[in-house]
Formats: sequence, C-alpha cells, structure tokens
Amino acid sequence: MSIAAFLKQPFKPLSSFSGEDINRDKIVEITKSVSLPMIGLAVFLLIWQLASNSIVTSLGDFPGPSQVAMQFNNLIEEHKEERANVQKKYERQKVRNDKKLAKNPDAEIIWRKYKSRTTFFDQILTSLITVLCGFAVASFIAIPVGIVIGLSSSTYSAINPIIQTLKPVSPLAWLPIVTMVVSAVYVSDDPAVSKSFLVSMITVSLCCLWPTMINTAVGVAGVSKDLTNVSQVLRLDWLTHVRKIVLPSAIPMIFTGLRLSIGIAWMVLIAAEMLAQNPGLGKFVWDEFQNGSSNSLGRIMVAILIIGLIGFFLDRIMLLIQRWVSWDKSAVIR
Amino acid sequence: MHFLQISQVSIEFPTPKGQFKALDGVSLNIRQGDFISLIGHSGCGKSTVLNIVAGLYQATEGGVILEGKEVNEPGPERAVVFQNHSLLPWLTAYQNVELAVKQVFNRTKSKAEMKEWIEHNLELVHMSHAMHKRPDEISGGMKQRVGIARALAMQPKVLLMDEPFGALDALTRAHLQDSVMEIQNKLGNTVIMITHDVDEAVLLSDRIVMMTNGPAATIGEILDVELDRPRDRLALADNPEYNRYRSEVLRFLYEKQRKVEPFENAKKKNQTNNKSSKVA
Repeated sequence: MSIAAFLKQPFKPLSSFSGEDINRDKIVEITKSVSLPMIGLAVFLLIWQLASNSIVTSLGDFPGPSQVAMQFNNLIEEHKEERANVQKKYERQKVRNDKKLAKNPDAEIIWRKYKSRTTFFDQILTSLITVLCGFAVASFIAIPVGIVIGLSSSTYSAINPIIQTLKPVSPLAWLPIVTMVVSAVYVSDDPAVSKSFLVSMITVSLCCLWPTMINTAVGVAGVSKDLTNVSQVLRLDWLTHVRKIVLPSAIPMIFTGLRLSIGIAWMVLIAAEMLAQNPGLGKFVWDEFQNGSSNSLGRIMVAILIIGLIGFFLDRIMLLIQRWVSWDKSAVIR
Repeated sequence: MHFLQISQVSIEFPTPKGQFKALDGVSLNIRQGDFISLIGHSGCGKSTVLNIVAGLYQATEGGVILEGKEVNEPGPERAVVFQNHSLLPWLTAYQNVELAVKQVFNRTKSKAEMKEWIEHNLELVHMSHAMHKRPDEISGGMKQRVGIARALAMQPKVLLMDEPFGALDALTRAHLQDSVMEIQNKLGNTVIMITHDVDEAVLLSDRIVMMTNGPAATIGEILDVELDRPRDRLALADNPEYNRYRSEVLRFLYEKQRKVEPFENAKKKNQTNNKSSKVA
C-alpha cells in the first residue's frame, strides 16, 4: 500500500523529505498522507473479510483477502515453475546436441524453440501492450482531428454528428465487425502481429478516440481571443499558430481527454478480451470462470485487483506526462 | 497624401435585434510621427476604431489607408499593445518578443542580430533584468512593458495602444507613461492610443481625438496639444496651458458628451465638429 500512498503524492518535490527542513507540520502532513489511506484500506479489508465469510457460492466460499493473497502467490509460483520448465528443456537440448557433436562434428543439429504456456503475467503483459498500442493509435488520430475541428467551426459542425453517434457505441457492438474486417483485410502468410491482437487493439482505439477528440476540440476552441489576436497581428502561419498558441493553451484539456480515454481503453480491452477470447487479462478471467475450480474465484479476484491497479498506474503515468509537457508546473493537477 | 488615413469608417455588428451601428463616419488623418489619443466614455467605440486600424475588424463602410495601401487584415506593421498585455503565458519575456521578431525579421536579420534586437527592445522598456521570466512571475506593469517591447520590436509603421495602462495602479501607470514618452522621443513612432484618462491624454499626445457617445459614435472634437517636448509631469502640473487643455477635454467629456445626452444634440455637434477636424 505504501506504493499507492506514494502515488497519491507523486509530485512533492523530494527536497521536502530531506533532512534539515522537516518541521513538525511536515511530519504531521506526511503521517496523515500515509496513515489515512492505510486506515481506509484496513477498513475495506475488514469489510471484505466479513462479507466473504457469509457468502457461499457453488465454487466454494467467496474468497476473502487472505485467500486472494494466497492465490496471488500461487500465480507467481506457477509463473516461475513454467519459466523454469522451459529453461530445463533448453538445457536438456543443449546437453543432447553437445553429445551429438562430440560423436560426430558434422552431425546436423536442430535447435528447437520451446514456448512456455501463457501464465497470468504473460496475460498482463499482452493486455498492457494491446492497450498502449490501441491508445496510441487513437491519440494519434484524435488529437489532430480535435485540433482541426476545434479551430474551424464549420468542420466541427460537419463532423460533430458523426462523433456524437459513434461515441456511445459499446465495444461489444464493435467487436464482431472488427473481427470480420480484420479477418478479411489482414491476410498474410507471415503476420507481424496476430489477428487477435489487431482485433483487440482496433476495438480499443475505436472506443477511446472520442473523449480525446472532443476534449481537444473544446480546449482548442477555448483559446483566449486575446492570444488569437496576437497571432493575427503577427501573421503567424497555421502551423506556428497551432504550435505556439493553440497547443500550449489546450494542453490541460487534451490531457483531460487522454486520461478519460486511457481509462476507457483499459475497461474496453478487458471486456473485448473476455468476449473474443483474445489473449490477455480478460481471457484469463473468462478461462478461470469456465475452469470452475475451488481456486477460480480467488484467482479472478487477483485479476480484478491487478486490473484496478494497472488502471490506476496508467492514469498516474498520464498525469506525470501531463506535468512533464505542461508549461505551468505550479498548476494543481488531480 | 496623408500617412494614415481613416476615411468615413462606419461599422455595424449583427445582433439578435438587428444591425447595431457602432461607428458612423469616422474620419481622421494622421501625420507620420504623430502621437494621437482617442478619448471618450466607455462603450463609445474607441477600441473599435483601433481594431479597424489594426485590421482585426473590417469596416462596413469606408476604410483605412496606410501609406497609400488599404488595410484589410492584421499585420505586424500595425503592432498592437493590448490592454491586458496578451503575452503568451508559456513563454518568457524574451521568448515573447522573440516570437514577434522572428516573424518580422526572419529574412532580413541574422540570428545574432535578432538576439541583439530583442535585447535592445527589452532594454528600451527597462526589462533587461527580468527578460527570462515568464509573465506569471512578473508584475502587471512589467508585463505591459514587455507587451510594449514586443510591439516596438516589430518596428511598426503605426503603434496601436488599446488602453495600455488601464489595468495598472496610478504609480506604475505614471512610470510607464514616462517610459512611453522617452521611447517616443527616441524613436518618433506614429502612435494611436486609446485612453479614458484625461491627464494621460494631455501629457502624451500631440492631438487628442474626442469621441461622441455611441451608438453610431463618431469624432466629436480634435484638440491640438502644443506643449513643448520633452514634457515633465511635475512642471506641467502648474502650467496654465496644460490646465487649459485638460479642462477642454473635461468639458467635452462631462458637459457636451454627458452619457445621458439626447442623441439628436450629439449629432448636430458632430457635424459642426467634423468640419473643424478636417482643418486639423
């Protein structure tokens, strides 16, 4: 939890923690910022434990915090075991081949590649890569389009009905279309990326385009009249105008959009993976559900917590980036 | 031919209730190097005149001619000092001026020359000590100084100042007025300044253009201020000439153009005054 507590205060200058200038107020403040989230967490865990004791499902007791922690350890163990197995296979292969070579230096040697079964952590990695790619593609489209429709009210009027119609579409509705289109269009003997990856990624992109696009447009349209007057008097060309005046003043709104988008992207991805059985955390949850062992619920809870934490981390990362690109370092960003 | 000619300018703005005529037949000829003040009650369209000269608004009738060319869009040869400084908050004072200088002198000056020119202009407004600070790190008066430096650095043919000191406290304002006079003595720019401060108008201007109340505002009277330069505000305080100019402007603003005055009277006066303005 200390990590989460730290993340709540990620922007405190480090110097405020350094030796000499810690006074009483600061100590109180730091204790507060650490202890309050801890208390909140403790209360949450208590309620969870109490509730879990009184719910019995067909797969056994509803998992409490301790069972979930245990399942998390199990998942780590499984991951290590799986990797160790693969390592062993390679070692055996090396021994085998060395023997062959010793007997006959000209012998034909085959180096096989062994794949490990996908573990929980592989699924996390797949989901993370997919969400980041989908989000990047969406931002790459949404920000320029947002700038253009923000600057010109006629393009805005032309495009806005489309945006407003596509925006509320659920990812699950997109999924069949995207699957069919990708299968039809993406035909290659030696595919660089798998079809399932593309399907998940495009679905994510389609759903998380809109908040960034709309917020960018609003931010761009809200550039102060005084500054556009300056730009006009200076006769700045379109690109310089966008770079020097529009973007810096729209940055807070753009990032509001980006943060909404990455949140949506993450939610959409899990749902899409569950539905389409594409590799990732969503598939892990669905497989565990279908598996129906007495450990399943605990493992699903682990996945849920990890999904939540990753969502939280993604948001914090966006905040850090915002802080990095924003000109106003003193602005309060939440 | 006049250097800057504002000729029969009228402008109408569309409103939900129909067209609103803000200016009606504004004509003014300005010589090179003149310092002109536009004074009038708020809402009389002073800023509209300035914005038309700047090219930010388009006149419905009539037009503005600068050195024989019609003005129909904004441009750096008519630099504007905005009332609320309008500096880009994400750039330092230096970078704000740099943006303007790069835009105007990109082809004619080398990098080193541009740097020197930027620093020279910041020096002119006494801002060398804080040129690498951002607008939120300096005071209101300093921001306005940077705004003036940015406008001067464009080497404009006409410098347009829209109530440049309106948002400042009295002491800072006096400081800046002195700076502007000093710069004006040095550079001899053609300046149009909007103000609602009578002392400021008399102190700084060669001519004071007094505007009637809107709607359909126009030029009421023009007053030539023939005080010797350089002017000193302390010495002028007891100068009878200065006080005569001052009271003349005050009389126009508070007797002839009281805000409650019926519209018809104002119109008659305008017609007589327009004749005298052509002589000026």
